[in-house]
This record gives sequence, C-alpha cells and structure tokens, in this order.
Amino acid sequence: MPIKTYRQAINEAMAMEMRRDSTVIVIGEDVAGGAGCSGDRDAYGGVMGVTKGLFPEFGEARVIDTPITESAIMGAAAGSAQAGLRPIAELMFMDFLGVCFDQIYNQAAKFRYMFGGKAECPMVVRTMAGAGLRGGAQHSQNLTQMVTMVPGLKVVCPTNAYDAKGLLIQAIRDNDCVIFVEDKFLYETSCEVPDEDYTIPFGEANFLREGSDVTIVGISNTVNKAVAVADRLAAEGISCDVIDPRTTSPLDEDAIIESVETTGRLVVVDEMTPRCGLAADISSIVAEKAFGALRAPIKKVTAVHSPIPFAPDLEDAWMPQEADIEAAVREVMGYK
Amino acid sequence: MSLDKKQFLDAYRTMRTIRDFEYRVSDEFGKGNIPGFLHLYAGQEAIASGMCAHLTDDDYIMSTHRGHGHCIAKGGDVGEMMKEIMGKEGGSCAGKGGSMHIAAIEKGMLGANAIVGGGPPLIVGAALANKTLGTDRVAVSFTGDGGSNQGTTFEAMNLAVVLKLPAIFMFENNGYGEGTAADYSVGSKDIAGRAAAFGMPALKVDGADIFAVYDACKEAVEHCRAGKGPITVEASITRFRGHFEGDAQAYREKGEVKRLMEDMDCLKIARANAIKKKLATKAQLDKIDKEVAEYIAESAEAGLAAPQPSVSELMTDIYSSEY
Repeated sequence: MPIKTYRQAINEAMAMEMRRDSTVIVIGEDVAGGAGCSGDRDAYGGVMGVTKGLFPEFGEARVIDTPITESAIMGAAAGSAQAGLRPIAELMFMDFLGVCFDQIYNQAAKFRYMFGGKAECPMVVRTMAGAGLRGGAQHSQNLTQMVTMVPGLKVVCPTNAYDAKGLLIQAIRDNDCVIFVEDKFLYETSCEVPDEDYTIPFGEANFLREGSDVTIVGISNTVNKAVAVADRLAAEGISCDVIDPRTTSPLDEDAIIESVETTGRLVVVDEMTPRCGLAADISSIVAEKAFGALRAPIKKVTAVHSPIPFAPDLEDAWMPQEADIEAAVREVMGYK
Repeated sequence: MSLDKKQFLDAYRTMRTIRDFEYRVSDEFGKGNIPGFLHLYAGQEAIASGMCAHLTDDDYIMSTHRGHGHCIAKGGDVGEMMKEIMGKEGGSCAGKGGSMHIAAIEKGMLGANAIVGGGPPLIVGAALANKTLGTDRVAVSFTGDGGSNQGTTFEAMNLAVVLKLPAIFMFENNGYGEGTAADYSVGSKDIAGRAAAFGMPALKVDGADIFAVYDACKEAVEHCRAGKGPITVEASITRFRGHFEGDAQAYREKGEVKRLMEDMDCLKIARANAIKKKLATKAQLDKIDKEVAEYIAESAEAGLAAPQPSVSELMTDIYSSEY
C-alpha cells in the first residue's frame, strides 16, 4: 500500500470528493493561492499547502480564494450549504474561531433544529490546531473543546494520514456541519493510505494498543505520544490500552468505559487547557458510568491554564509531553 | 410602468395580511397566548411585499429577528406561522424556532435570524450557490439600520462584490436599532453610500410607498439576474411598534408614533394612490381587507386550539444522522 503524508491524504480526500460530486467546493483564504496576483495562480494552496493542486484541476468557481474575512467565509459556507452546495471552508488557524464563531455555533449548528428539521447544513470546516511550532499565543491553540460542546456540530480529530483521508471523506458526505481539526504537527507524518476512497464512521474509537493495566485516552497528536509511552512501558510489563476516539462529537463512550472496566485505571490526555476541557469531560463520563471499576483516581494530563508561551522551553513545558503521560501512568499504577 | 392592477392587488393583499397578522399576534401576546419575545413588522409591510413580488420560490431570502412580514411575503403558510409563534405542534419549525426563527424553507425563506448582522454572510452563501450551480436565482438579505453597523455585514458586502454574486442587501432603515436612533448610530448618515463604497450600486427609496419600493426592487432583481453582481437598496420606513412588544418607546418623541401612523402608513398610502391611479376601487380593497381578516382569525383560532409539541420531540432533528 502506498505511503502518504497526512497533508497528501487530506488533499486526496478533497480531490476525490470534488471529482465525484460537482457540488463540493473549497472556500477560504489563499486556498487557490494567488487570486488577483501576476505570479503562479496555484502558489499557496492554503497556508500549509493542503489544498495545492485543487485550483488547476477544478478552477476558480470551485476553489475560491476569499479576502481575509473569516465571518464571511463561514457564513458563505453555511448559506451555500443551505442552498445546494457541499462546501469545505478552510479556517486557516483554529485560533481565529473567535472571529467567526457566531456563524458556526449560532447559525450552521442550529439550522436543522431551529427550522424544525426542514433545513440542512452539509458543510465541513477544515482547520488547523496544535502547539509546538513556536507560533505564540494566537497561532497555537487547540480549541476543540469549544466546538465539541455545541449541539448540532460534529467534531473530528484525525491523528494519522489513514484516518485523515477516511474521516474527511465521511465528513464531506455528512449532512451536518463537521469541524475537522487537523493537527499542524502531523502534516509531515505518514503511513499506508489506500488510493481508493473509503470512509471511517464517526463515533467509533480506534484501539491503537491493547492492554490490561491502564487505559490511556488521547486526543489529536497526544494519542501518538501515548502510543510511544505505551510501547516503552510494555517492556517493563505495564500493559496499556491506548484509545483514539477519532471524533469528540459524537464520542465513543462505550469503547472508553469497556476498556476502563477491564483495566480499572484511566489516564486522559489532551493538549488543551484543563478547565472545562475534553480530559475533564471524559473523566467525568467515566466517573459517572464506571466508578465501580476504578482501582485508582483518574489522572488528567493537559496543558496548563495559561496562554501558550513563545519561548521554546516555555512552550515545551506548557504542552503535555511523553514524560508527563508516563508519570501519570506510573502514578495510577502505584496508587494503593 | 410600475405595478399593474393584478400586481397591485396581490401586493396589497400581502401587506394587509402582514398588518393583520401582526396585530393579531400582538393581541394574543397581550393575552398571554404567545411565549417569549415578539418583534413586530407593522408599518414596514411595503418593503417585504415590494421585494418579494419579484421573487419566485426558487429565490432565497433571509430575515432579521423582525421576520414575520418577510416570511408572509415570501409565501410562508400563515396558519403554520401562527402555530409556530404560539409554540404549537404543526408550526412551520415544529415549535422549535418561534417568532425570532420563523422560516418557510420550502418557499426559499431560509430563516429569520435573532443575531443582528447574522444574515448577510449567510445570504452571500446562498448567492454563491446560485452562481456556482449556474442558476439565475437571486438571494436577498433583509437587514435593519442596526444590522448595517455590524462587521459581519461589511464582510458580506465586500465578499459579494469580490465574487460578483447575485446578492441583494435590502436595508430597512426604520430609524431605530432597539432604542437607539439611526441618526446617531449610522455614522455615515446613509447606508446606501456605505454600500456604494464597497463597489456596488446602491438605491434609496421611500419604503412607505409600495410603488416606489416595487420599482427599486425590480431594478435590483434584474441587476442580479443579469449576472451583474450584488446591489443594495436602502428603504426608509417607520416602525409602528416598539423594538419588542411591551416596549413603552419612551425614547421616542411624544406623539411621534401617532403622527407617523397618520403620515407614513404604507397601507393608507397604497389605498389612496391606487384609487387615484384607478388601479383599484375602494370596494375591491375593502373586500380584500375582509377576506384577510377572516383568514387571520381562522389561523389564530387554529393556532390557539393546537397542542404543544410532544416532549419526545426534544431531541429530534439535532443531527441528520443518528448521533
């Protein structure tokens, strides 16, 4: 099977769906990259080059460069989704969610319910999150928790190239507003990805490692860190279940609870601030539904409650690292 | 020539339906039969009626929180609307939208919007779909003077110009954004001039005159259908009621509303002009008034008699698929 990067897998998913369905469009800042400029019309492909190559194949009617205008991008996507298109809107950095959040949580998420089931909003918001690239406080946040709390939205966090392709095709075909959160740290990572199209259903977790001592649930790139930790600890005889929920809304609660019922111990990892976050949410679900199975208090591993610092040592200290996950596993294992 | 006989009578019926609808829901609100908030359109009828007269069910509109008039003018079912506003089963949004989210999706009325400035970006999307799909459909956002000050509206106007979309930005300047005067809050003193600065044509019209509104809207719709990009219409009008029902309007000059209801009532003006132009007789107009009154009374009675939606509907229609 061919090896592809996370970036290639996402690009391929969009191109395949645009070939299959003429109502799929891509809209955002620099997604064609070069509109109105005298140089290469396909210069950019979005700030991370994820949409590169779509403009030459599909043209300016379907790969639409906008001004820097996030509310209008999200509104145009939501309005066009109500009127017969299946837009993929690129929100350059997830940090910009605040600029256009109304159009997502008050508009797109609510059409179906508020209009009595008579309206639809089949749109995808592709956005990029995650720290570690020294982007500072306004270009490094993962705000997945903010969209996960909104009824009407579906939220996807692919952690590898294979999942990214299958989940994005699923998202484009879905009739609801899907927030597709790409981790910017993963664009260069690669794995086997089939050339054919395939879908991965929402709400079905992926078991990356199976073990009997501790359940580790990770979100986004933290799940990859958890796998590295689990592999190291396996050599010492500590066996971990590593679960990637893949979608935070819907969330595969059953997979997590089933695992905790076997292991009796839970470590939840995410790269967001700790208050009212996903780690807190998953912990509370387990505390409510599998309390009797727990042999140790649940341990959360998250970022700290601060804006994201710029200096490399500070940012590294801010982010949950493999060492933090390992320490958490040892703590729950050592609980008497 | 503006409005022929049939077109006038149709527009007049729409205007009268909106007026009677608004007064009836106001009465029912006063009796405690309508939950929540009500923002009435009474006084502004000529604008929705004059614009929607040029639209088909395939064209799209989006509205403000003052959306009943737009919904009726676009062909929304009055009986379903009455039930919706009363929070009843069989309402146009199954009792999940209410007054501020009134809609008639099947008629291209894509929803009232309770966020001021929420609609213009969305209508740009509907216009984008119209263009991308190769249709000659147009998309109209109704926005107030208050919404004209929101950044979302500016973004929407600019993007519509950049992408040359068939979008009409209809601004209904009724003089007040909630309780603050447009003379104070619209810094440019003119919404049309502001729109023109984005690079699109902008018309100004007396919103109390159905003949003038009809002509301006005709020009706007033809401009869009011809693929010439977006256009703005600014209509000046007055609001008979407060921002919401129960608003004592202490911010308005004493006697102002009474005077405007005498001088700027679009229905009175329409009747007088039509009779003068020999487009209709008093008897014809009285007959329409009577028919509309009966229709609204029946709709209201049916709304009052309908049950509330079953609580089992609470968790339906959140997602298109099983969650």
